[in-house]
Amino acid sequence: MNAVFLYALAGVGLVGLALHALIVHASLLRKILAFNFMGSGVFLTMVALARRAGGEHPDAVPQAMVITGIVVAVAATALALNLMLELGATTRDDVLPDDDRA
Amino acid sequence: MTLLDYLAATLLLAGAVFFLAGTLGLLRFPDVYTRLHALTKADNVGLGLTVAGLAVQAESWQVVGKLVLIWMLVLLAGASVAHLIARGALHKGIRPWTP
Amino acid sequence: MVKLAFDGLVVLLLLWLAWQTLACADLFKAILQFISFSLVMALAWVRLDALDIALAEAAIGAGITGALLLAALARLRASLDGNLSGDGASPDGREVLPVRGLILAGVALATAGLGYAVLSLPETAPGLSQQIEARLGDSGVGSRVTAVLLNFRGYDTLLEMVVLMLALVSVKTFSSTRHAGAAPQDVLQVLSRVVVLPLILVTAYFLWAGTDGHGGAFQAGSVLGAAGVLLLLSGWRLPSPHTGVPLRALIAAGPGLFVIVALVTLLLQGTLLTYPPAYAGSLILLLEIAATFSIGATLAMLFLGGLPGDEDRP
Repeated sequence: MNAVFLYALAGVGLVGLALHALIVHASLLRKILAFNFMGSGVFLTMVALARRAGGEHPDAVPQAMVITGIVVAVAATALALNLMLELGATTRDDVLPDDDRA
Repeated sequence: MTLLDYLAATLLLAGAVFFLAGTLGLLRFPDVYTRLHALTKADNVGLGLTVAGLAVQAESWQVVGKLVLIWMLVLLAGASVAHLIARGALHKGIRPWTP
Repeated sequence: MVKLAFDGLVVLLLLWLAWQTLACADLFKAILQFISFSLVMALAWVRLDALDIALAEAAIGAGITGALLLAALARLRASLDGNLSGDGASPDGREVLPVRGLILAGVALATAGLGYAVLSLPETAPGLSQQIEARLGDSGVGSRVTAVLLNFRGYDTLLEMVVLMLALVSVKTFSSTRHAGAAPQDVLQVLSRVVVLPLILVTAYFLWAGTDGHGGAFQAGSVLGAAGVLLLLSGWRLPSPHTGVPLRALIAAGPGLFVIVALVTLLLQGTLLTYPPAYAGSLILLLEIAATFSIGATLAMLFLGGLPGDEDRP
């Protein structure tokens, strides 16, 4: 197995780990962390596969998309964290109202 | 390998030894203050040696300048953050370890 | 062989850190592990010949996202008085064992499917790299990634700037509580004073280097945003005369200039964001400068919860 598919599969693994955490954790902060890992996994797979172009330079289009994606991810994270804090201030809880607390 | 390469390799290896020492201190020392002490000091020297090793092999003076700038920034950030963590620990009421 | 072993180590470290972050009991530790994860990610980007992404990841993933998460955790702890469900042992909710097993099986199946899809892709695929090589000369810049971001797929970047602004508007709309924040400490004040100038220098360098090498508006903007976050942490606030129209103008400068350029090119040439090759280089630099200021200001404002000054809220 070469490095391209090693990193691409690692990205898939990250998506799997994050998907599981997103479902089983009720804590919103953990869900936000999981969402970030899922993004990182997708980015990793995309950029690893972009290296299949061979030659001196990898394909720049996925790289540019991932840079855009990282900035969008931080904006989404900030928004999600803010919503979580407002929910916490209103309901005194850090899980969604329909989620059971353990 | 030229003489410069040997010099670079020696510096890099010496840097790695300091990093290892700092990490050992982090893992083995008894409390937060001693751990900070070990980690900050050893890592700053370790990074300095690494930067020196890379500077020996650098292609141009600009690269050396960038490397030194990185080292200075890490020194500053490392020292400040170590101080902030130690002060935070004191504020929390963690007593320094006494043998 | 040594390289592949190193790659294997990086990959194992990534997966282990992600697992630790999601499973460890203490949320503070989890966030620190998330920051370490982002730093290892930056290393992975370097290994994948994606230096531009490595710079963005180190500045945004490890820097700004980490600061956002830590600040949010501190505020959450303060408002819930330690009543956090995220702290504490294993995942909460859905404690029924069969359901757990079902979720695990479903996720494993989905992951295996994705892995199979990745492995069944051809070993080499040129993608769009040949088209980029062919048109790089017309783009006005030497860096392939910058050419894609600001010329070939400029509308992506335009929309992305709008997304960033929308996120800030939403955060500002939902923010009801002001960050009290701890009293700034002397060390932090000294650090921010000493570090902010080099950070501005680094911002300018990334902006300039992005034209032909590695860097660009996003990396420059995130370093500028990090400088802003550091200043805010040390207790600095924008003086109130500047928090109204000037700050909003700065935040809108990036998307605004993009829209103006898009409209002008549409009127003159009939196509959106197709620059005349003679002016492409200078247009891209101008757009990048505006985008850098907007991204930096937006990221710093996101850290504050979108509330720059006291006069914005009753």
